[in-house]
Amino acid sequence: MSKGILKIENITMQFGGVTAIDNLSFEVQKKEIYGLIGPNGAGKTTIFNIITGNYHPTKGEIIFGDETITGTKPNLVVQKGIARTFQNIRLFKSMSVLDNILIGFHNQSHYSYLEAIFRLPRYFGQEKKIKAEAMAILDEFDLTSFADHKATDLSYGNQRKVEIARAVATNPSLLLLDEPAAGMNPSETEDLSTIIHKIKQDFDLTILLIEHDMKFVNNMCDLVTVLDYGEKIFDGKPADAIVNEKVITAYLGDFTHA
Amino acid sequence: MKGTLIKTVLIGISLGLIWYTNSHLDIYNLSIVNNIGIFAILALSYNLINGVAGQFSLEPNGFVAIGAYMTAIFIIPMDTKIDMYALMDPAPVILQMQANFPIALLAGGLTSALMAFLLSVPVFRVRGDYLAIVTLGFGFIIRIFAMNSPAYTNGAMGLNDIPEFADFRWIGSITIFTFMVMIHVIYSKYGRAMKAIRDDEDAAVAMGVNTFKVKTYAFMTSAFFEGIGGGLLASFLSTIAPDQFTFLLTFYLLIIIVLGGLGSMTGTLVSAIVIGFGLEWLRFLDDNMNIFGYETGAHPGMRMVVFSILLIITMLFARRGLFGDRELSDILKSKRASKRKDA
Repeated sequence: MSKGILKIENITMQFGGVTAIDNLSFEVQKKEIYGLIGPNGAGKTTIFNIITGNYHPTKGEIIFGDETITGTKPNLVVQKGIARTFQNIRLFKSMSVLDNILIGFHNQSHYSYLEAIFRLPRYFGQEKKIKAEAMAILDEFDLTSFADHKATDLSYGNQRKVEIARAVATNPSLLLLDEPAAGMNPSETEDLSTIIHKIKQDFDLTILLIEHDMKFVNNMCDLVTVLDYGEKIFDGKPADAIVNEKVITAYLGDFTHA
Repeated sequence: MKGTLIKTVLIGISLGLIWYTNSHLDIYNLSIVNNIGIFAILALSYNLINGVAGQFSLEPNGFVAIGAYMTAIFIIPMDTKIDMYALMDPAPVILQMQANFPIALLAGGLTSALMAFLLSVPVFRVRGDYLAIVTLGFGFIIRIFAMNSPAYTNGAMGLNDIPEFADFRWIGSITIFTFMVMIHVIYSKYGRAMKAIRDDEDAAVAMGVNTFKVKTYAFMTSAFFEGIGGGLLASFLSTIAPDQFTFLLTFYLLIIIVLGGLGSMTGTLVSAIVIGFGLEWLRFLDDNMNIFGYETGAHPGMRMVVFSILLIITMLFARRGLFGDRELSDILKSKRASKRKDA
């Protein structure tokens, strides 16, 4: 029996009078690709924001590994090993692709502010180390030739890849991908699924992803949870999800009254 | 290691030039370069918080005042102080503050940095324009304090007879030092984090950057060098008064960094030189001019009008300043890269 790496326990999230998430629980096993799907406004991104510490849930706990991380500050959640990407690409616009990746190494390069100012030996050693590691990650994503390019000069698909690479650079054990295939054409989507499988192997990752593209979800995910209006309506294999009556109703509406 | 060699040679040449300038230039031109040096120090440090870290702040006049007063009080001899404080007897602590010039400068810088830390604790807990509001108010408070504390600052009369230690050797080498520190910060993980915060703060947090810490570092570094610059200004002018540290000083620095490019230290350096010399060369605009027999009359402040127009032109045609947010070396590097692509 594999070990649960992320447990969502009875999470409720209310914004004023609106209940965005209603008593949601699910568990992600180690080395799994887990899908979170549901119509627009179902509360998928809210769950991500709760896991990463951007929102504090009204009720419930998030357990990562053996630790309860509910209420931990976002930058500390990253240090515990949870990295994320954003629904709309949010790269550092003025910086090069390499610098974007290097930001991911912020907490893995150990030198103080004064060591940087006076250029002490540790600065050179650490910078050399993280630059080599960043180049290795770029290589993994086939982005080596773009290292010196400005991040925003890249194509949409490549910008997506940079964003995932940047998240991988923080050395996570759990990767949260918010609609990684959104806006991509079929060949880019195919390319992306190959890369996600590859990094899952190479970096020993567990992946939780939000996606609308059901074909993509079907190919990628071991298990899915379907949300509608903040409630869980289905839990199980993706192939079963698309034939489930409740899921179909959530997406397409109720035909029985039509 | 090639970079280090080039850097050492460049610093050596600059120091040689500074020493040569200091002993060979006439007093008038020397005062212009000194002024440029001081404003370069202030603008370089201001650019770190405002341009690199992207936190819109209006702080320099407050920190420059702190540095200037601290340094002045430390280096004015005790007897001079007793004679000078006319409105009220100087506080005992003021009389006891005695130090040599470098220590006095350092004290000014460190006091500014400490004040910056105290300000950043509440301000950087929230996002948005609070920093601008708080630092604007801070500048006013410092000036009002200087006005109304005759036992400490000699009130509106200010401090005179400040020993003139600050020649171009001091000012020039500290300018170079400030420039080096800023460049070293920018090309480190802290500088990268500052730029990341400027570009997208949420994404920077999602990369595990402790934004409060990084912003505080940027703010304190700015304040430290603004304090040092203030100390140099005090000793260079030999007299300071609260009215020198109004918002206009901040505005002047803002012009320099916007013209040079927010986030570019080389740009700031170039822009400080351009504006420093420009303001001197355009002095004739303030005087009476005879155009084909027509007397224009003297219009003091006319050159500031020209500068405002210059700033508007910059905003219209080079919105990101002379250098954008890149350093000269980056621009050369990308030029070379594009040439290689063409070939």
